[in-house]
Amino acid sequence: MSTTTDAPVGRGADAPRTPAADGRRARSPREDQNSSAAAWRRRLPLMPALLFVVICTQIPFLLTIWYSLRSRNLLRPEGEQFVGLRNYLDIFIDSTFRTAALNSILITLGCVLVSLVLGLGLAMLLDREFVGRGFIRTLLITPFLIMPVAGAMLWSISMFDPTYGLVNWLISIMGISPVDWTSQFPMLSIVIALVWQWTPFMMLLLLAGLQSQTGDVLEAASMDGATPVQTFVHITLPHLRFYLELSVLLGAIYVVNTFDQIYLMTAGGPGTSSANLPFYIYQRAFLGFDIGQSAAMGVVTVIATIVIATFALRLIFTSINSKEQS
Amino acid sequence: MSTSAAVALPAAAPPSKRPKGRLTGHLLTVLAWAAGLLFFAPVAWMVLTSFKQESQAASNPPTFFFTPTLEQYASIINASGAGSYLLNSVIATACSTLLVLVLAVPAAYAVSIRPVKRTQDVLFFFISTKMLPVVAVIMPIYVIAGQIRMLDNILTLIVLYTAMNLPIAVWMMRSFFLEVPGEVLEAASIDGASLLRTMRTVLLPMVAPGVAATALICVIFAWNEFFFALNLTAANAATVPIFLMSTMTSEGLFLARLSAASVLASLPVVLAGWIAQKQLVRGLSMGAVK
Repeated sequence: MSTTTDAPVGRGADAPRTPAADGRRARSPREDQNSSAAAWRRRLPLMPALLFVVICTQIPFLLTIWYSLRSRNLLRPEGEQFVGLRNYLDIFIDSTFRTAALNSILITLGCVLVSLVLGLGLAMLLDREFVGRGFIRTLLITPFLIMPVAGAMLWSISMFDPTYGLVNWLISIMGISPVDWTSQFPMLSIVIALVWQWTPFMMLLLLAGLQSQTGDVLEAASMDGATPVQTFVHITLPHLRFYLELSVLLGAIYVVNTFDQIYLMTAGGPGTSSANLPFYIYQRAFLGFDIGQSAAMGVVTVIATIVIATFALRLIFTSINSKEQS
Repeated sequence: MSTSAAVALPAAAPPSKRPKGRLTGHLLTVLAWAAGLLFFAPVAWMVLTSFKQESQAASNPPTFFFTPTLEQYASIINASGAGSYLLNSVIATACSTLLVLVLAVPAAYAVSIRPVKRTQDVLFFFISTKMLPVVAVIMPIYVIAGQIRMLDNILTLIVLYTAMNLPIAVWMMRSFFLEVPGEVLEAASIDGASLLRTMRTVLLPMVAPGVAATALICVIFAWNEFFFALNLTAANAATVPIFLMSTMTSEGLFLARLSAASVLASLPVVLAGWIAQKQLVRGLSMGAVK
């Protein structure tokens, strides 16, 4: 999964060079001989970070692939052997795995889309001068800063508890009988808690996008008799495209790995109805001690993520590069 | 919304003085306030609950008026072991953030100023590791940590939090380095300043705000991290999120006490985020949004 573009990123190649820089770039023969050494010297500062990340992420992942090809259960240490792709076949006929995969998709899509729409609405409300704007902005970003463990317990107990939760009290005023949210609507409860946490994130990115819009374009549109809706559709939305894509990509990266809320709000239940892939793999590994199977699930998850993410990344990279060049 | 009225008026009068625009403006302001208060309401409720007695916290209908008490906060602060959870969180967060900066600043320098070939591949690699689901690597990490006797050791969390935040930090610092005017660097290298000296005397002062913003993001993610702490620590190295969870599960439900613990656990990051709102945007977008 490499983008074989040899063009260096950033200023080095793209920016117009000053005469001084051009002078320096005319190489003497001796410099040419040493250019490979010089290139390595320039790469050197990168190496510690690169090595650190490779060691901490790639080596464990290679081991995961190795585990996935063996039957290994910590409860039965004697039975370890090479089983080829059997773990993979097993998980494809495992209906719980399919449910968890579907839940992962539903939670990610639901949370990202709803947060994006709410975040866009809030960003537009905040993109104008009014009394207390800074204060409201401060209130709005707070859910993102609250420790997710605290947020999950706040929702599952203080908000959603069937006897003394605040949400049930509110709907009882409207004459609706109390609902046991986390067991009757586990997926909805999780998505609500996640949307609450991630809407501020979307709002912040989109607000930055709105504020980078130059005022005179909007003024010109309104002078030309464009309605606010027309201005929004034809000028603001295209301008926001980069910010919308970025919000979706970054939001999805984090939300797809959601674990805290599921572990603390529903524990994947009732049964396994609200387990997503991270939670189900965790269950199989740390409660079932089935290393082979959980490793195989991990590998499948990574492959699926890479396939989806590669498309998304290409999109973003094109966007970022065109933005930096403009 | 015609602007003719505004044009006809003296230039000093802004367009929003028109009656219709002013009404819409008031409505939008009310809406913004309502949305802000709605999003904050759960947090406000949590803070309110933390000042209640347990019986008031779990009442139906909810108790809105009561005499506030600091009993819950006192009980959390005096809880056995609370200090060690806090110390572990502080160590894991501070050390991993420092390590991230030490590794990320030179790396970002290498990929942004006079980059060599295949830099884009390296950047792509960094961000692709953020897409690697953590669950896919937790088992080998658990097994390796067990074999080298590093389970329930704060060093393990420091290493993992560093790896977790490093890709974000490289991207972020890169965006700050790209803003350094090329002439500054050219001048420094023509002067014959060595690389290290250029970095220390010219570059670092210019990107110092960027270093602060990067540190903020690393602190947020490390302080709030739960999954690694849950699986790799027990009595010795457990952090604040684990303490928070244990106040719920081990002693039955004490809602007011749990709320007080939640407020205390969230407070450092909430305050930091409130103070550094501008840096937050840039950090969350890995430097892509200024």
